[in-house]
Amino acid sequence: MTTTAKPSKLIKGATGDWEIVVGMEIHAQITSHSKLFSSASTSFGGDQNSHVTLVDAAMPGMLPVINEECVKQAIRTGLGLKAKINHRSVFDRKNYFYPDLPQGYQISQFKDPIVGEGEVIVDVSASEQIIVGIERLHLEQDAGKSLHDQSPTESFVDLNRSGVALMEIVSRPDIRSAEEARAYVTKLRTILRYLGTCDGNMEEGSLRADVNVSVRRPGEPLGTRCEIKNVNSIRFIGQAVDVEARRQIAIIEDGGKIDQETRLFDPGKGETRSMRSKEEAHDYRYFPDPDLLPLEFDQAFVDELAKGLPELPDDKRSRFIADYGLPAYDAGVLVMERESADYFEAVARGRDAKLAANWVINELFGRLNKEGKTIAASPVSSQQLGAIVELISAGTISGKIAKDLFEIVWSEGGDPHAIVEQRGMKQVTDTGAIEKAVDEIIAANPEKVEQAKAKPTMLGWFVGQVMKQTGGKANPEAVNTLLKQKLGI
Amino acid sequence: MMSDLTKFTLAEARDAVASKKVSSLELTRAHIDAIEKARGLNAYVVETPDKALDMAKASDARIAAGHAGPLEGLPLGIKDLYATEGVHMQACSHILDGFKPPYESTVTSQLWRDGAVMLGKLNMDEFAMGSSNETSYYGPVASPWLPAGWDAEKGRAALKGDKKGLLVPGGSSGGSSSAVAAHLCLGATATDTGGSIRQPAAFTGTVGIKPTYGRCSRWGVAAFASSLDQAGPIARTVRDTAIMLRSMAGYDAKDSTSVNAPVPDYEKAVGASIKGKKIGIPKEYRIEGMPAEIEALWQQGIEWLRAAGAEIVDISLPHTKTALPAYYIVAPAEASSNLARYDGVRYGLRVPGKDISSMYENTRAEGFGREVRRRIMIGTYVLSAGYYDAYYVRAQKIRTLIKRDFELAYNDGIDAILTPATPSAAFGIGEKGSADPVEMYLNDVFTVTVNMAGLPGLAVPGGLSASGLPLGLQLIGRPFEEETLFSVAEVIEQAAGRISLPQAWW
Repeated sequence: MTTTAKPSKLIKGATGDWEIVVGMEIHAQITSHSKLFSSASTSFGGDQNSHVTLVDAAMPGMLPVINEECVKQAIRTGLGLKAKINHRSVFDRKNYFYPDLPQGYQISQFKDPIVGEGEVIVDVSASEQIIVGIERLHLEQDAGKSLHDQSPTESFVDLNRSGVALMEIVSRPDIRSAEEARAYVTKLRTILRYLGTCDGNMEEGSLRADVNVSVRRPGEPLGTRCEIKNVNSIRFIGQAVDVEARRQIAIIEDGGKIDQETRLFDPGKGETRSMRSKEEAHDYRYFPDPDLLPLEFDQAFVDELAKGLPELPDDKRSRFIADYGLPAYDAGVLVMERESADYFEAVARGRDAKLAANWVINELFGRLNKEGKTIAASPVSSQQLGAIVELISAGTISGKIAKDLFEIVWSEGGDPHAIVEQRGMKQVTDTGAIEKAVDEIIAANPEKVEQAKAKPTMLGWFVGQVMKQTGGKANPEAVNTLLKQKLGI
Repeated sequence: MMSDLTKFTLAEARDAVASKKVSSLELTRAHIDAIEKARGLNAYVVETPDKALDMAKASDARIAAGHAGPLEGLPLGIKDLYATEGVHMQACSHILDGFKPPYESTVTSQLWRDGAVMLGKLNMDEFAMGSSNETSYYGPVASPWLPAGWDAEKGRAALKGDKKGLLVPGGSSGGSSSAVAAHLCLGATATDTGGSIRQPAAFTGTVGIKPTYGRCSRWGVAAFASSLDQAGPIARTVRDTAIMLRSMAGYDAKDSTSVNAPVPDYEKAVGASIKGKKIGIPKEYRIEGMPAEIEALWQQGIEWLRAAGAEIVDISLPHTKTALPAYYIVAPAEASSNLARYDGVRYGLRVPGKDISSMYENTRAEGFGREVRRRIMIGTYVLSAGYYDAYYVRAQKIRTLIKRDFELAYNDGIDAILTPATPSAAFGIGEKGSADPVEMYLNDVFTVTVNMAGLPGLAVPGGLSASGLPLGLQLIGRPFEEETLFSVAEVIEQAAGRISLPQAWW
């Protein structure tokens, strides 16, 4: 029996609280050079029907041959999901007719998938983690694409995707809100990207979700579910869950009942609509594909792949907390992308890690987001940011100057140490020079001095004046201490 | 030199060509002429004389240059189930209308690699579904054997008409068996899913071998039932089939079910002693209602092998009688899925409709013949939700039991098993199966077990029926021990005396 959500996650209906139950089937395109059973390229965006072999077009007498790299990728993914790897699995045929399915069947795995039960730790918020169970992962072929917009009287078919390897990752119904659904897909995508088994690019269709939604009264058995097919962004997944849950609640509260069916989410209208009912569901007539032998490998094969796995986000996060003393939330943000984590480590190594984390998360990520750049395309390299952090730690520049320096490096590039030298950005720590400025300001503003004595918060005004006079380079701590001393506050 | 070059066996022709007594061009021309004169039999659906002559000239050049292959210059016929680059391949179905593949099947490419010459594409039952070659879109094939009491004139008249009363050449490789028996090629490729090589060979007095599953690549051969289909040759002597199989067999990385084991020189096994070989005689093949002449033939075969020094052992294969019903679940199930690709979208026939579903329906209704449609429907039914366990799963269990029956026999030291190849001699065109398809399916009763178990099986002529028609014996071997079959079959061939094939009356 699945767990009940926290009260805060329940939805208020007209007749009381409702709990959302979500399970997901994620279709993740495997990162590989060639297709699951043919040598055709998997690269995105080729001319129509340019990545098609005789096998992909299902010419008479053509036979599938398993691509070992795709098998390895599935095993790596299984390991990343802490799942049971099945040493023997079977390919089955899922039979149905559609023009973009040349064989008239999809080769998939039905009874005996390559990967069994596993789990994903999902960070729902800074303070909440949930565990979503993985039921199975299996290998299957993608279909081609029907093109209905090329001619008023005909449809065309592009087989470039036909036969591309997919992993279908099936979760348990452990998700209790739209927020959790989004967080689950986000985390799964992070893991896949770390492993290098799927690029997670939802715009190109490399990651698509079928979302199963049902509602129930807290503590009651599972309700009837509807499957929302092919949702292709994390935002839409969240919207689809909410919209569908509310639709179901409204029906039940009006005395109706939910029909098990397949639905489509229309992001434009913000609604789901029926695609086909249970009665119209296909009978896929699954049976073992006689063209393929059962897929078998030994533990040594799995061990070899396990050895080559990268550090995964959960482990990395724990290490960042333990080794760098980072707050859990910061560590979580940094490990979201493997590239970000690597960048952070390059900045932090041998330097003040917390300061490094602040700069990576606040300044760098902020700026990258604003300009829509990825970390790989960052104009500020990890060496450059490391140098900036170093300059701050050494007291050579103030935090404020550091922001200016960051701007210069961002737009002009260059060695931060040299820039600080050449442009005279060094912090003034020489008490004599600061004292001179303090004295001049005090002498020039006798009324303000009186006011400050009565109202010590006026100190800020003096600090500002001193900083202005020193071009922002004075050590703020020294300025504060001297002013307090001279003003007698 | 032989006056009629088509009367050579494949081995004789090979020796004559290799020793330059005959050129491949002469040999090929003789066959092209014979094919032209035999069009009435309907064995070939497509003749490729220009290609044949070009290939023959190239062979003669290679012979002159001193690097001839094992089949150099030998003209063969190719079953229409095989992909032949740029040449008609339709599995004798309307649904593949106009299809000329841009690729060559692995098996035929190996034949060409070894120097063989292609005469054309041979008729067959549509998608290899049939036991009489009557389901072909291109019409039935007549056997060159005349029914008892028929003279040449009556035969010719029937060829001009609907062929009713003439004999079937067996099926599905009926074009192959008829062409080989009528001397329209030195040998032919065939395929066998439930008996489609062995039954036509038995009906026409020729030799056919279905090798072990995985021995020949299935790549480029249109699939009927993938777990049962195997390629193999039909030729006029045991030696000829051994020569052909050596070229056809071999591992192919493009077929996941092909087996990576070395291909022996099978011809060396022809003529080897069978002294001390243990030959199993399964009692379950003595079926009810079996004609006395089949029983007598079988007994004769036993005597010949005993006389050659083999040890005859009575064995039991207890699940034999369940094989045929199980086969008619497994084969249609796979076929229903394998034939889904013929949908009018990418190649072959397309019959338009008001939407995609009606296009599918119109195309497949018009493109597939009655027997193929029947098997697609049976296959679809047995795989359907609610029926899968009762039919498909049970049939697979039976298959395992049949396999085990053979394994137990072989574990007891049996080297090969001798059975009749068919329950009767050839029957007449139009005579069977029109009212009850099972009547036709029963033809495969002795052969399907071998496909279900994935074993090699060979049919060799054993004698003639009371009405003067050929009768065949079947030898079943251990996996990948085709050599034993060739050795044992040659003993029968020698003892029976080579059947004299009919003189051309057509």
